[in-house]
Amino acid sequence: MATEIVTQKKKEPHSFNVNEIRADFPILKEIVHGKPLCYLDNAATTQKPQAVIDTIVKYYTHQNANIHRGVHYLSELATKEFEDARIKVKDFINASSEKEIIFTRGTTESINLVANIFNKAILKDGDEIIISAMEHHSNIVPWQLIQEQKKIKLKIIPIDDNGDIIYDEFLKLISEKTKLISIVYVSNSLGTINPIEKIIEEAHRHNIPVLIDAAQAIQHLKIDVQKLNCDFLAFSGHKIYGPTGIGVLYGKEKLLESLPPFQGGGDMISKVTFEKTTFNELPYKFEAGTSNIADAIGLGTALDYISRIGLDNIIAHETKILDYATKSLMQIPGLKIIGQAKHKSSVVSFVFDNIHPHDAGTFLDFEGIAIRTGHHCTQPVMDRYNIPATSRASFAVYNTEEEVDILVKGIIKLIEVFN
Amino acid sequence: MDSELKELYQQVILDHNKNPRNFRKMERANHFAEGYNPLCGDKLNIYVELEDGKIKDISFQGSGCAISKASASLMSSIVKGLPVEEAEKLFEKFQAVITGRITEEEDIDKLGKLAVFAGVREFPSRVKCASLAWHTMVAAFKQEEKSVSTE
Repeated sequence: MATEIVTQKKKEPHSFNVNEIRADFPILKEIVHGKPLCYLDNAATTQKPQAVIDTIVKYYTHQNANIHRGVHYLSELATKEFEDARIKVKDFINASSEKEIIFTRGTTESINLVANIFNKAILKDGDEIIISAMEHHSNIVPWQLIQEQKKIKLKIIPIDDNGDIIYDEFLKLISEKTKLISIVYVSNSLGTINPIEKIIEEAHRHNIPVLIDAAQAIQHLKIDVQKLNCDFLAFSGHKIYGPTGIGVLYGKEKLLESLPPFQGGGDMISKVTFEKTTFNELPYKFEAGTSNIADAIGLGTALDYISRIGLDNIIAHETKILDYATKSLMQIPGLKIIGQAKHKSSVVSFVFDNIHPHDAGTFLDFEGIAIRTGHHCTQPVMDRYNIPATSRASFAVYNTEEEVDILVKGIIKLIEVFN
Repeated sequence: MDSELKELYQQVILDHNKNPRNFRKMERANHFAEGYNPLCGDKLNIYVELEDGKIKDISFQGSGCAISKASASLMSSIVKGLPVEEAEKLFEKFQAVITGRITEEEDIDKLGKLAVFAGVREFPSRVKCASLAWHTMVAAFKQEEKSVSTE
């Protein structure tokens, strides 16, 4: 089995050894309710490698200062580390300039930022925004908040029983009033990988910009924003082995230049008088106040870590785990997988005939298994399938087939007790 | 099963989950409320027939976990026939036990059959599952039109 490869062997340049990777994540050694932790809640948040933890400790121990205007040693050091992290993000998603990388608190804030500036500068009564039926609440509510001020219409791309968007219906939703298409790359509750290349191409044919919610994609797929040609892309650091509280909004430079600032404050200004303020250049125009410096630097380390392993290796490993989990779970009588799209990534959602997901979650917790149960912040998806909630196992680079076996055994025990 | 888990999922609870009592819609109900737990999406409808300040009949419908279903089932069998005030007092005691404010074995035993829910106190995230039916019933007494939320 893949996990039994002897670790003492000298590492090949592109070899992938899950045991070596697991050793990088100290939390995976935790014991939960007397059992070794089996962490399968990676779509909620991923664990952090020692390198990321060390970076944050090092920052607060040796480098902490406020950035950008200090002339002293520490301020210059912190500024360099912070700006280096921005370059790492730029390289990771292949943006054309670091001016296109805005640090935020996470995907949610990134989407809210776009919603806010679009509301200020672009949206008028009667305008339309297209999203899909599988959006996370964070890509629904920011647009609904605008509806409290303006008569804009939210058009929803429907999904089929497998959890794929119905592309022909999407085509019908586009009109001359469409001002933005904001869509999730990978669904956090179904695992569906959306055909965003096609969607972006179609949108651009009508000169409509596209925002990609990559919260669940950035850690599982190779993302090249220039190749995708998306106009905005949002993701969170904590889902890609980095710290919480830091995220990214990528935006095309020209578009960002043309749009007004999000929040006002320090760092985002060039000159302030009581009569008039001129705004700072990109990306600082969108980064008011002291940024989350330590966690941005931590995110940079996480991206280095991912790049060292190689996304190709990660994708190959995670695909293997997802396939194995899907096959194993499908064999359990009374269990139904929700979300059987053709292209999926690292998420298996399931329901039982007679067992509520919350009972499953509590029961499995006592087997040391961490899964998520509930609506996964996608209540419209639950309504679509007429279910209150699902149980969701989601995988990351450090998960193994043995952990899938532990999950399956736990579920079989659960069914025995509850039926 | 782990002992803490056994304490939560006692046989009585598993039994009421599988075969819930009074699990039906009541046509002649004169009080009704809809309960909702936004955390888990659980929905519970409570139907009550009140006569002279007493609970003549009570039933429920909805979807929920074993804890919330068993709680609604046991509650409905216990409060049937009680005056509204007594049912409300019972809820106060029940709430105190499941949130761990009452921990004395003696006091818990006073809850009678409802004592099986004492194990919930070890699971803070499940307290709302156990109390949803009660909150909804109290709302039904007041005939609140809106749906009730545990939040």
